[in-house]
Amino acid sequence: MTKSVIHTEGLTRKFGDFVAVNAITFDVKEGEIFGFLGANGAGKTTAMRILCGLLEPTSGKASVAGYDVYRQNEEIKKHIGYMSQKFSLYENLTVRENIQFFGGIYGLTRKELREKTAVLIERLGLNQEADKLVGSLPLGWKQKISFSVAILHRPKVVFLDEPTGGVDPITRRQFWDMIYEAAHEGITVFVTTHYMDEAEYCDRVSIMVDGTIAALDTPSGLKKQFQVESMDEVFLQLARGAKRGE
Amino acid sequence: MRNLVFLLQKEFRQIFRNPTILRMILIMPIMQLIVIPLAADYEIKHISISVVDQDHSTYSSKLVNKMTASGYFQLVEYTQSYAQATKTVGDGKTDLILTIPAHFERDLIKFNKAQLHLAADAVNGVRAGLGTAYAAQMIGDFNREIREEWMLLPKFNEMPQIEITSANWYNPHFDYHLFMVPGILAILVTMVGAFLTALNIVAEKEVGTIEQINVTPLKKHEFILGKLIPFWVLGMVSITLGMIVTFVIFRFLPVGSFFTIYAFSAVYMFGVLGIGLLISTFADTQQQATLFAFFCMMVFILLGGLYTPIESMPEWAQWLTRINPPAYFIKIIRAVYIKGSAFSDLIPEFLVMIAFAVGFNALAVFNYRKRSA
Repeated sequence: MTKSVIHTEGLTRKFGDFVAVNAITFDVKEGEIFGFLGANGAGKTTAMRILCGLLEPTSGKASVAGYDVYRQNEEIKKHIGYMSQKFSLYENLTVRENIQFFGGIYGLTRKELREKTAVLIERLGLNQEADKLVGSLPLGWKQKISFSVAILHRPKVVFLDEPTGGVDPITRRQFWDMIYEAAHEGITVFVTTHYMDEAEYCDRVSIMVDGTIAALDTPSGLKKQFQVESMDEVFLQLARGAKRGE
Repeated sequence: MRNLVFLLQKEFRQIFRNPTILRMILIMPIMQLIVIPLAADYEIKHISISVVDQDHSTYSSKLVNKMTASGYFQLVEYTQSYAQATKTVGDGKTDLILTIPAHFERDLIKFNKAQLHLAADAVNGVRAGLGTAYAAQMIGDFNREIREEWMLLPKFNEMPQIEITSANWYNPHFDYHLFMVPGILAILVTMVGAFLTALNIVAEKEVGTIEQINVTPLKKHEFILGKLIPFWVLGMVSITLGMIVTFVIFRFLPVGSFFTIYAFSAVYMFGVLGIGLLISTFADTQQQATLFAFFCMMVFILLGGLYTPIESMPEWAQWLTRINPPAYFIKIIRAVYIKGSAFSDLIPEFLVMIAFAVGFNALAVFNYRKRSA
């Protein structure tokens, strides 16, 4: 049995009286592509922010890459990559400068930086655009660069918060090829999405409803359990029961 | 240390690509130093005056001539009726009424004593105060002149007179610009430092890049130093430019040394950057940061002694100026520029500057969170 990279037990986060994340318990295995689904406001982003060390949990246990989220949140940050909902590279830096900056603060040496930058630009086919400001590139490209930068330092886990929102279907397809590649290289992928076709690409999927995990299994397992044909229907059945609105 | 290099490289690249920042650094000092000292002038000229002359004598017309010839007063009305003059004040056409009562000349000669009456429209207190003061001074002069005339006549005894002579140290010609310009220089670096830092960090919050930074292993102090150092450099550039403009436009050079100015600016800038940093920790949008910085600037300037002397503020306001960093800096820059104070004269102020720098930065660092609670 492969060991878990993310482990939570009764993880809870409250904002005043509002329980955003309500005692969630799950494990993510090494090298797995873990889909983290849920309607808007179900608590996905909150849970993800806790795991990334950006938000303190209220109670429960959680560890990422073997480090405790309460005490070792700075240690966690060395071993994870994160790509938020908002586009988060510097728009007024070039592609190359962004790669160098983020690679640099993750501790890559100048030599490694040069090599990796060259490889990355080649792989993304950005030879023409490497010295253009990121702000001038189309969204799909930005997201691909963002993802590449998030895994530049070979993290154990990469957290992707709705990485393909607003991206065209072809680029989405390419984006998922990149995710597969990363997983193949041993990087665990923790991804939230609203696209149910993307949910089908995941090894395992959890669906959050009103702050709790309502279902967790492989996509085929879930379809069998709910006796439906697609992940779309699984999601609709679960999310309809939600009491929280948008 | 290595991370800091990456941060500084990134920050400087961004600054040089941001036309707004460059404009603020280059154009703001020039505009402020040229426009404000020329526009905001304390001297009051062209005070409108109504004269109610009920005497119509040689002396009364002499007095009126003397006042209008001075250039400070403009005669708008020459009447016999006080009621008429009051109406003119009511219409806002005159600032001051000088009443010369009947028998003014006779009383002056006969009893060696006569009365005049001055009434001022005090809606604008400064104008009224200065207007009456100028008028009183001129009447005093007038009094002395006629007495000197009389002294030639044996009928009168020589009156014992006290004459006051005064010397104005450091600013012998009461040059208003010499007083204003160094103060504006001080305000200028305050604005550059506090505004730019606050806006820069809050912009990262708005765009979301700060979250990307917070999820990296970058240390809090590295991030903060990475922000402070570039803006410190910009602040020093800005004060240098300001001094160049001051020399080119007004031909002012500090009487004291540049070393003293730079030593104080260096420490003061860190304090100001700390204020900017502190603002950025509790503003979520650039709008909030701008409004808050604006409010701070108003307080800094009004309680900083730039326009009004701190010594004439009420007790409680004077106490507030003691915790207002620009109040010290304005005083220091003026002292070095006008009086030529040396570093050793200003050691207590230097310690205060250090305390501000440490205090504001400590508060800001304490308030900055990589992880929200």
